This record gives sequence, structure tokens and C-alpha cells, in this order.
Amino acid sequence: MEKRQIKVTVNGEPRLVDVEPRLLLVHLLREGLGLTGTHIGCDTTSCGACTVLFDGQPVKSCTMLAVQTDGHEVTTVEGLAKASELDPVQEGFKEEHALQCGFCTSGMMMSAKALLMENPNPTEEDVRWALSGNLCRCTGYQNIVKAVLWAAKKMQSEAAV
Amino acid sequence: MYPSRFRYEAPRSLEEALDLLKTYGDEAKVLAGGQSLIPMLKLRFANPEILIDINNLPGLNYHREEPDGTLAIGALCRHRDLERSQLLKAKYPTMAAAAPLVADPIVRTRGTLVGSLCHADPQGDWASVLLALDGEIVAVGPQGRRTIPAVDFVVGPFQNALNPDELAIEARVPAPKGTVLGHYLKLERRVGDFATAGVAVAVEISGGKVTRAGIALTGVGANNIKVTAAEQVLVGSSLDARSIEEAAQLAADAAEPKSDHRGSAAYKRHIVRTFVVRALSSGQRQAA
Ligand SMILES: Cc1cc2nc3c(=O)[nH]c(=O)nc-3n(C[C@H](O)[C@H](O)[C@H](O)COP(=O)(O)OP(=O)(O)OC[C@H]3O[C@@H](n4cnc5c(N)ncnc54)[C@H](O)[C@@H]3O)c2cc1C
Ligand code: FES
Ligand code: FES
Repeated sequence: MEKRQIKVTVNGEPRLVDVEPRLLLVHLLREGLGLTGTHIGCDTTSCGACTVLFDGQPVKSCTMLAVQTDGHEVTTVEGLAKASELDPVQEGFKEEHALQCGFCTSGMMMSAKALLMENPNPTEEDVRWALSGNLCRCTGYQNIVKAVLWAAKKMQSEAAV
Repeated sequence: MYPSRFRYEAPRSLEEALDLLKTYGDEAKVLAGGQSLIPMLKLRFANPEILIDINNLPGLNYHREEPDGTLAIGALCRHRDLERSQLLKAKYPTMAAAAPLVADPIVRTRGTLVGSLCHADPQGDWASVLLALDGEIVAVGPQGRRTIPAVDFVVGPFQNALNPDELAIEARVPAPKGTVLGHYLKLERRVGDFATAGVAVAVEISGGKVTRAGIALTGVGANNIKVTAAEQVLVGSSLDARSIEEAAQLAADAAEPKSDHRGSAAYKRHIVRTFVVRALSSGQRQAA
């Protein structure tokens, strides 16, 4: 089958990969690049477990073709931490006990990250709105919202220093 | 779920895209945001020989006011751009109300208004908005450019008026006149769900009288429904309680809902009636 070489920057690292046009981005990430932090939940664009950042904006990677990332940047949950230092969003999830089984967590974090990059000082309602495309089947929404607000505070105090 | 095999092209110019459409015609599918098409490919409801990805076409990611006041929305303008638009908030209250209600925030990052119109899902929100606002769609093909009024664009569920060799490049909405009252109300079971019932309302008022009225319904028929009878009742009125009640009844009568998992037909009809009253009484009012 026809394959096509694409150049995509994943978590800051340029990668050259051969992909069949019908390959979905989520499969390139998980199976092609071994980045299994991005999960497949529904596979029908509903749950948001597969959310990654595409040029800084949240997308459901089960509803994008890998070939479409040619020349673009993708960030997955593996790209959040810098060396051993967690991203404030990850720290927030830890501090506020914002995960149960953890299945939705990476997608939640990527949506949260996108929100905080656009709006560093969100209200609780802003957070709920931004996460509304992500489903948590353990239904731990309360702590997830707290975690994102925690991260926003942390980022603000860091920015103030 | 993998889609079937297809050839993939991502042309960098409109000419190139049109050439591909001309060569492949019915065998081709245009890929815009992919938020309806990719799920359809995965479910194998669509098995095109070739996908023509238009995301690399230059100059289509805009929404702007033309010199004559017309609002023009390019084929790559995403729902999220419309949701954040100050221009819509200032001048197009119906559109500003609808934008945050289309799908969920992640789907809105990629999905496009023009793609929604082309997809022609009877549950689609934008088609009702364009019907209420008397919008139109600009298509280009080998014969050049043509403009198709929104009322003629959707010809059936999931069927639009484009020829196989045509690309939709823009949606257009005429400049509002006088004081504008607009709203979009949608009942959904949860965020990101399609409408149980939705109502788009756009009214222009000059000298205390309604000079133009647009009302359209989502999710309560085989297509989005423009309720001409209700529009006619409102024109010339002062938007008093009686004309609003009458328009709401006509809208409920025009709806053709089916009972399904979202609700019974009678319930949906009731929602339409209530929403028309509410939208006309509580819509955002702004001087154009
Ligand atoms: C979870 C979920 C929830 C959703 N909820 C809603 C909702 O509440 N309301 C709603 O209205 N929609 C909803 N949708 C549908 C979806 O958001 C829209 O239909 C979508 O945004 C379409 O735009 P697109 O650019 O992604 O189109 P695509 O998926 O790329 O294309 C859709 C169709 O239009 C054709 N097409 C696209 N652009 C052009 C063009 N320029 N010229 C010619 N043909 C073209 C394609 O070939 C295809 O047949 C939902 C989708 C998902 C996945
Ligand atoms: S797996 Fe992609 S949205 Fe659920
Ligand atoms: S923590 Fe289990 S799905 Fe969210």
C-alpha cells in the first residue's frame, strides 16, 4: 500500500515517519511512536481520551489522519513534563486527587493545558466549559476542575516571581 | 476502526484542488475539519477513492466584513474562531449564540461552518442559522463561481446542491439593518450532543416595526426548516406578545418531529413553540 513520508514534530522532537494515508493520528502516536499516554476510549470522537495538541490546540487524535500532521507540531501528555519536573497541570492532578482509573486523565490534561495557554486565569465555569468535550467514566469531575484551578494558580504565582 | 484505503492529496492552490475534483468527481471527497467525514470513513459510510484535503489551501481561514457590510466566512474558518469572534458578538447575535453550542470545544477546534453546511446533517446547527439570516454559499468549479442561497443549498438529508466538481469556498450573510434581535436556542441532552430541538431567530427592527424576520428549526424534520409563515406574521408587527405567540404556533405547526431516544414528537413540538417565544422575547438586541 502506498505510504507517504511525513515530517512531524512530536513533543519538540522532529520525526520522519512513513504512514499510510488512512492511518489515524492516535495510531501513529501509540503504535508507530510508542507514545501510549494518549488513550483510545470511544473511537467515535465523543470521549476526548485521545486529545492531543495540534499546533497548540486541542484535537481528538482519533479524528485526524496522521498524514495531516506533516509539517506541524503535536504535543502529547508525554510532552508536558520537562525532564523530572511535572507541568503545573500534572501537579494539580496529583495535588487534588483528580484521577481514579486514570483512563481519561491524559486527554483531560491536554484540554486543560490548552485552556491555560489561552486563558491563564479561568473561572470555574471556564474550566468546566473547556473540559466539556472530555468524558470521565469514573465521573470524578469535581476534583478535575479543582486540579485545573490549582494549576492556574500555580502558573500565576510562577509568572509573578 | 480504520477507514478503507484511499488516495490522499493536499493541494496547495485552489486550481490544483479544482483539477483533482474535476478528474475524480464522484469518487472524491473533500476533507475540511474532518469532524463529520472522518467518523464516516471509519464507520465505512463513506468509501471515497481519493480524499482532497483542503487544509493547505491559502487564504480560506477568515471571517470578515466585506466593504458592503456582508459577513463572509471562509471554508477553513473553524467553529472556535466564530465562538471567539468579537465581530459576531457585536453584529450577529444569532451566530454568536449558536457558535458555542455546536458540538464540543475540541470538535470546534477543527470543524468548519462551511463543512457543516456541506455535510447537510438535518441536525446541524449552522444550517438553521444561515436559513434564518438569509445566508448563501459561494461555490467554485470549472464553470466559475456561483452563489447558492442557503434555502436551496440543502437538497435532502446529507445532500447538498454542489456539483461533484465544485468546492464550497465561502458562506455569506447579508449586512444587518436597523436594530437587530437574534438568538439561537438548543436543547441538548449533554454538551456536544446534537439538538433535541433548536431554534434560530433573527429579526430586524426599524421605526418600532419588524422589517425582516428569520426563523428556522433544527432537529425536527428531515431537514432544517425555514418557517416562512412565522416570518411573515412578524414582519410589520411591533414584536408584541400576540405576534410572538402566533409566530411560535406557526413554527410548532411547521415542525415535523419524530419520536426517538431524544424525546417524543409532541415534546419536541412543544420545545419549538417555547423556544420561539423565548428567543423573540429575550434575544440579544443591538443597533446595527
Ligand atoms: C462528537 C460530535 C458532536 C457533534 N455535535 C454537533 C452539533 O451539536 N451540531 C452540529 O451542527 N454538528 C455537530 N457535529 C458535526 C460536526 O461538528 C460538523 O458537521 C462538522 O464541524 C463539519 O465540519 P468539518 O469541517 O469538520 O467537515 P468535514 O467533516 O471535513 O466534511 C463534512 C462533509 O462536507 C464536505 N465538505 C466539507 N467542506 C467542504 C467544502 N469546502 N466544499 C465541498 N464539500 C465540503 C465533505 O466532503 C464531507 O462530505 C458533531 C460532531 C462530533 C464528532
Ligand atoms: S477515542 Fe477519540 S474521542 Fe474517544
Ligand atoms: S478517572 Fe477513570 S475515566 Fe476519568
